[in-house]
Amino acid sequence: MVTLNPAAAPASMLEAPMVEIDTLNLWYGTKQALRDVSMSVPKQRVTAYIGPSGCGKSTLLRCLNRMNDLVDGVRIEGTVRIGGVDVYDPALDVTELRKRVGMVFQKSNPFPKSIYENVAYGPRILGVKNRGDLDGIVERSLRSAALWDEVSDRLGDSALGLSGGQQQRLCIARAIAVEPDVLLMDEPCSALDPIATAKIEELMLDLKNSYTIVIVTHNMQQAARVSDYTGFMLLGELVEFGVTRELFTSPRDKRTEDYITGRFG
Amino acid sequence: MLRGGEPFIWLTGGALAFALLMVAGLVGIIVTNAIGFFWPAPIVRVTLADGTVHTGSVVERERIPGRAESRVKLRVANRDLYGADFVWVDEPAIARRESPADVVVIERTEWGLLLGVVTELREAGAVVASGPGALAELRRRLPDVERLRARIRAVERGDIGAINFEQEKARLTLRGLELKGITTGADVDAVRARLAELQARYETHAARLAELRQGQGASVVVAADDGKTKELPLAQVVDVFSPNTMGLPAKVGHYAGKLWEFVADDPRESNTEGGVFPAIFGTVMMVMIMSVMVTPLGVLAAFYLREYARQGTFVSAVRIAVNNLAGVPSIVFGVFGVGFFIYIVGGSIDRLFYPEALPTPTYGTGGILWASLTLALLTIPVVIVATEEGLAAIPRGTREASLALGATKLETTLRVVLPAVTPSILTGLILAMARAAGEVAPLMITGVVKLAPALPLDGTWPFLHLDRKFMHLGFHIYDVGFQSPNVDAARPMVFATTLLLLLIVVLLNLFAITLRQRLRRKYATAAV
Repeated sequence: MVTLNPAAAPASMLEAPMVEIDTLNLWYGTKQALRDVSMSVPKQRVTAYIGPSGCGKSTLLRCLNRMNDLVDGVRIEGTVRIGGVDVYDPALDVTELRKRVGMVFQKSNPFPKSIYENVAYGPRILGVKNRGDLDGIVERSLRSAALWDEVSDRLGDSALGLSGGQQQRLCIARAIAVEPDVLLMDEPCSALDPIATAKIEELMLDLKNSYTIVIVTHNMQQAARVSDYTGFMLLGELVEFGVTRELFTSPRDKRTEDYITGRFG
Repeated sequence: MLRGGEPFIWLTGGALAFALLMVAGLVGIIVTNAIGFFWPAPIVRVTLADGTVHTGSVVERERIPGRAESRVKLRVANRDLYGADFVWVDEPAIARRESPADVVVIERTEWGLLLGVVTELREAGAVVASGPGALAELRRRLPDVERLRARIRAVERGDIGAINFEQEKARLTLRGLELKGITTGADVDAVRARLAELQARYETHAARLAELRQGQGASVVVAADDGKTKELPLAQVVDVFSPNTMGLPAKVGHYAGKLWEFVADDPRESNTEGGVFPAIFGTVMMVMIMSVMVTPLGVLAAFYLREYARQGTFVSAVRIAVNNLAGVPSIVFGVFGVGFFIYIVGGSIDRLFYPEALPTPTYGTGGILWASLTLALLTIPVVIVATEEGLAAIPRGTREASLALGATKLETTLRVVLPAVTPSILTGLILAMARAAGEVAPLMITGVVKLAPALPLDGTWPFLHLDRKFMHLGFHIYDVGFQSPNVDAARPMVFATTLLLLLIVVLLNLFAITLRQRLRRKYATAAV
């Protein structure tokens, strides 16, 4: 396989890829936010994007489930394939794609509904109507998100009454209730305290057995703790991508080294 | 002190206090004037120095202009005998003041109150009882009189009313056939047979009515001041009470009875007496029909403006226009209602569906439907603005979360956005209802009348008669207060009706607020 970014080659060649990105360019109006990004995300691993604010890591993440489509004046070139399917194929049904690529946002955003209804929302959209089936999905998802023990006796309560960390885990439960292939996490812990953060990180390590996880974080320690692969982005470019331990211990690019040693960012 | 902003705090607090004081004052005036209306006022008999006698209740006392003495305003009633309900008496001219125990107040179906002493009770011209016994006999007979009157009313309005309605329908069918060029044949014969049958039924009821009226031969003779007497048919007597001999419990009972009559009965005496039930019914029903129309329309418009329309100059202009629409004088909406709804829409409906009734309009004239539609138009900006604000308050993340789960925009709108925005919609509806319930000007020309013979909702098919004219409390206040033949006598009625209208607005609002609170608790949303 020919990769245009040599830095990415060793890491992604080793394992079966889930997401393949090839020379992806993105413009918001006239401003270019992504420049020739190529990489592949391996299956059932945690892949992290790090980089300073505004480097395009969230934009890259949102390309994977086409959430950028919602922004006015966006223009995208290049290809993204998830499980071999071209995400930007005009014939592709975006809602189908989003059912396969779940997302957890920076700010926890449960619906103003009950805890149960939050988790059951996705399955209901998919057409699950049977109450028993829904109950099963809700319990399984909440258990997977390590939230079941805390909320099992008040599933009918409003989700907005939960703490910040619980809300974020509820959002994870909601995302995995539709059993996606890929789980995108956009700085999922940035609004949480250290204890809640630790719980979510622990959860990610559990979840990677079933899902391919892509996480954006500005916390380098978090990337080091949870991810198997890390990509460093700067000004819309993927500067370096590789096995997390290697990237943090022996970065090949000078800019990566400067960033992880705290010289900027 | 200035730096601490202390004067500013006082200023803000003062402004609020001033506003509250104004509202409290307004409500206070209404309540004090309305509450005493049904209380049986004591009757005094004053004999003036020149020998003139006036019997009545004191309603007002004031300084005689330019003099130190006072004068009182007596409600002497007996409009048919004296020509006026009220008389001013200068206090220095009063020689004697007493409170007679034998004077009674008679409420009757015509001519307002009758004050005087019951002297005789007659049955078909012959005296049955006289002196104090006459009053006792009158009291004894009163329940029967009331029952008989109720039965006559039931026959007149219920049975005969239904037959009239059927007859009118049959006549219209006949006319419809005639318009199609059918003047003979089975159809025509069937309708004619139906008409004949209805006529026969009408005649039986009319005979029964005449028979019932036979039982109304009794009358009562009342002696008023200046030796004037009045013979009053018993059938016209609604109630008899003597305030000077009533104890507190009796007065309270009387008060409660009058209050009930006020909210549950039909008006009498060109609206200055009796109840206001048709007006309450009309107001509430009009507000409800309006709500049913304005909510979906306003919500859909707001959804388009906020969720689908591309935000830009044009949408901003539309938004400003909608806001300004809320400031257009309501009478302008009324004129539009007449011109568009009644003449164009109603006229077309008549030509298409009710040609047999023309030239009598069915929908081409004012009615509760058009009045409600006009008010829906008037209040739609309120609903749009409130809904839009609610939509703007829903975080972008909530919508994104739904889209990221594979929901379409429509699913997101219906399942996430709509439930979250419902409290805001209800806020808009509360404001709209309050405005609609209090509006009068556009209603006067789109379907509200002084006295509506039938309610817009009744037992004759199709039960809901949207083409009917109706009564409205706001218009009732205007009518009783400023258009009635006896404004002075009707004044307490104005206050009572005003209080009632306020109460209804508060009740409607409370209902919507409770609903909103429940929804808020259910969704615990931060949206306004």
